[in-house]
Amino acid sequence: MIPMERYRSTAENQWCPGCPNFGIQTALKRALGELDLEPHQICLVSGIGQAAKTPHYIAANVFNGLHGRSIPAAIGIHMANPELKTIVTSGDGCIYGEGGNHLLHAFRRNPDITVIVHDNQIYALTKGQGSPTTRRGEKTRFQFDGVKTDPAQMLATAIVHNCTFVARGFTGDIDGLAKILKRAVAHRGLSLVDVIQPCITWGNHPVEWYSERAVPIPEDHDPADRDRAISLALEVPDRFPIGVLYEQEPRETFGETYRQIYGAQALFMIPPIERSTIAGKLEKLCIGAKI
Amino acid sequence: MNDLSIFIVGAAGEGIQTIGDVVARTLLQGGISVFTSKEYESRIRGGNNSYRIRASGPNAPRHDADVILALNSVAVAHYENTASSNCLVLGELSPGGEGIAIPFQALAKEQFGSPLYANSIAAGALGAVVGLSQDNLGDVIRERFAKLSDAVLQRNIGAIRMGYEKASENLDASQAISLETSDRAYTFASVHEIIPLAATAAGCRFMAAYPMSPSTGIMTAFAKDPELGVFVEQAEDEIAAINMSLGASAAGARAMTATSGGGFALMTEAVSLAGMTETPLVIVLAQRPGPATGLPTRTAQEDLTFAIRGGHGEFPRAVLAPSNPQDAFHVTLRAFALADRYQMPVIVLTDQFLADAHFSVPDFEIPEYAVPAGLADPADFKTYHRYAITEDGVSPRLTFGQSEHLVVIDSDEHTEEGHITEDLETLRPAMVEKLLEKARRLKREMTMPDAYRTEGAEIVLISWGSTRGAVREAVDLLRNRDRKVGSLHFTDVWPLPQLTLPDHVVYWTVEGNATGQFAQLLQAEWGTPIIGKIERYDGMPIDAASIVAELTGDESEASA
Repeated sequence: MIPMERYRSTAENQWCPGCPNFGIQTALKRALGELDLEPHQICLVSGIGQAAKTPHYIAANVFNGLHGRSIPAAIGIHMANPELKTIVTSGDGCIYGEGGNHLLHAFRRNPDITVIVHDNQIYALTKGQGSPTTRRGEKTRFQFDGVKTDPAQMLATAIVHNCTFVARGFTGDIDGLAKILKRAVAHRGLSLVDVIQPCITWGNHPVEWYSERAVPIPEDHDPADRDRAISLALEVPDRFPIGVLYEQEPRETFGETYRQIYGAQALFMIPPIERSTIAGKLEKLCIGAKI
Repeated sequence: MNDLSIFIVGAAGEGIQTIGDVVARTLLQGGISVFTSKEYESRIRGGNNSYRIRASGPNAPRHDADVILALNSVAVAHYENTASSNCLVLGELSPGGEGIAIPFQALAKEQFGSPLYANSIAAGALGAVVGLSQDNLGDVIRERFAKLSDAVLQRNIGAIRMGYEKASENLDASQAISLETSDRAYTFASVHEIIPLAATAAGCRFMAAYPMSPSTGIMTAFAKDPELGVFVEQAEDEIAAINMSLGASAAGARAMTATSGGGFALMTEAVSLAGMTETPLVIVLAQRPGPATGLPTRTAQEDLTFAIRGGHGEFPRAVLAPSNPQDAFHVTLRAFALADRYQMPVIVLTDQFLADAHFSVPDFEIPEYAVPAGLADPADFKTYHRYAITEDGVSPRLTFGQSEHLVVIDSDEHTEEGHITEDLETLRPAMVEKLLEKARRLKREMTMPDAYRTEGAEIVLISWGSTRGAVREAVDLLRNRDRKVGSLHFTDVWPLPQLTLPDHVVYWTVEGNATGQFAQLLQAEWGTPIIGKIERYDGMPIDAASIVAELTGDESEASA
């Protein structure tokens, strides 16, 4: 157990006072501490947005890259050093919108990383446009007469693609969220945690509206039950069933074949190919007179 | 005789590649140098395509053929205008067509029971025309088709013999070709075959890429040869490809990606990310004609400006353009070394011509090299800041999990520690100055252009990248006609080295684009007056004859 203070960052926080991002930050620190992960054993990866600033506010290694591209960057980082715990923490616009295609293919690849989506159903940093998870009909600072599209159902999509750990958390229950994140980070293979959070500046609903709809997943739900997991995922946006929707035995993860040869060491630790090997390959390209 | 140009022409799927390979290898086994290039349509079957062999000549393309081997009669008509004055045409001719008619398909079915043997008959016929021995052809066939059953192999040998005899019967003594054999050996390779080997030598361990002609061969080379030990991933798109490669590089792996113009367009945001985060990355940009989809299987040098400028904001980068396999080995090693030294993106600019053309390189040399130093030693730091301000602008690089030092990498403008900042008074100017200092130092490292026969030259041809062979050949041809011509060939195209060009010489540029991109660059950077521009933009590589024709045609006017 590592105390939370160990993850205290020196960076100046830029979130709105009272933002539920603080809750996610707390839950993540708690989960990392309970998993005994030292800051240098962790790499936090994000794109752009208020949520994407999270890595700066937790003492760990950080790759804060481009909007929407946190997942491919995280895959590269994980492949280059599987001994790190690589965790993506970014918003719904970044991961479901700009980077949706990467998430889809991440399900197929199954890299051993965790993806935490701060899902506030709004583009906050750009001041209030609809996001891929905004409910149909909700008015925004861009969709003035209401959103005309249905929200993306990314958790159901994850389950369909056999992402082996799919959960939903809620910033109104930090203890519950910390438990989910702990399981997600410990899981081998891609784990996806969608965290429902109100946006206290641009959101259309008060915290109570969310609390009424954030209901625990029924106790009798078996996370291996794929059909029921999909049904629960699809209750969004009327209700937000909170908990682990879907969990399967780990399956083959990204890069495993390569790692069977080279082990789990970081790629920078593997000595380069010998000059003589290259010379041998060049020799094979040589053709000449038969003497 | 010297300098024989053979075009094997036909539809995609008819076997021009196989026949070309067999004949090229047989020539090489006779100690005869060959330069081969391919020209093909963007389709899987059909169309008009050619495999071109230049034997006992320079490693440069020729636009005309001394021998045309046709696999169908439509191809004969399509390539008619490439015939040199004494060109011999053989193969599947239309009735009454001039040349040696040999119905490969019909003979194969009739004599061997399958059209599959048509290629061996054709290879035999071509072998006879260019003076190869039947035995040597047979040896190459045995080597190439070692996996076939003995019966099938024997039928192929028989088919070679039949083609050889059919052609010999119809050949006049006056048409006989004899190339001088030697005891030499050559490394027979394309630039895109060499790049993966050199990248591996430089310590590359990671590549993510999306297939796009003409770059695909590079990612495939790593997939095909696990001994190289490079983890290679087919990404869902070019954006993912470069971001994966950057992630791997940030985590300490030496990494690269490869693409063509359209894919590079998708990558440019991340090229800028590499600049801002100071993450080393080598990007091979294999050019083809654009805009948009353009001509996917043809060649061009249209993306020079794009390679130099692509990406928002201001940051250092290098753009290197190799011209042949030997050069590609050096350039690739240098690309990784520069990327590592200056923690920035380096673009290796090739094209379809370099991807497909095979050169005969005598005495291929692996240069002396040291694998780039890479990461710093964590023990050297009490506290570590990824973007520490230093005299040379380069911050010592540690990576995630290398030690207990935390590494913070950020695409926002950042503090020395790597955290977001909006300190406009001190940090922002300091970080911009840091990048500029790297750019200044990089410029001092760029190599001078290669000068060829410039002594006493009145006209100097300026070229870059893939055109070196053609330009040198053009210089030789013009010198033979007592024209005082030389050439300056650039491999380092960005930043340009610090150089003052003498002003008593007339400069012409030679490049594979329509707007003179390199000419514009020289004018902007050095104010070099460019008197003439030779530009080719039809999708075919520049050849010496076309340079000579343009230069001599306009020479009097240009120097007036």
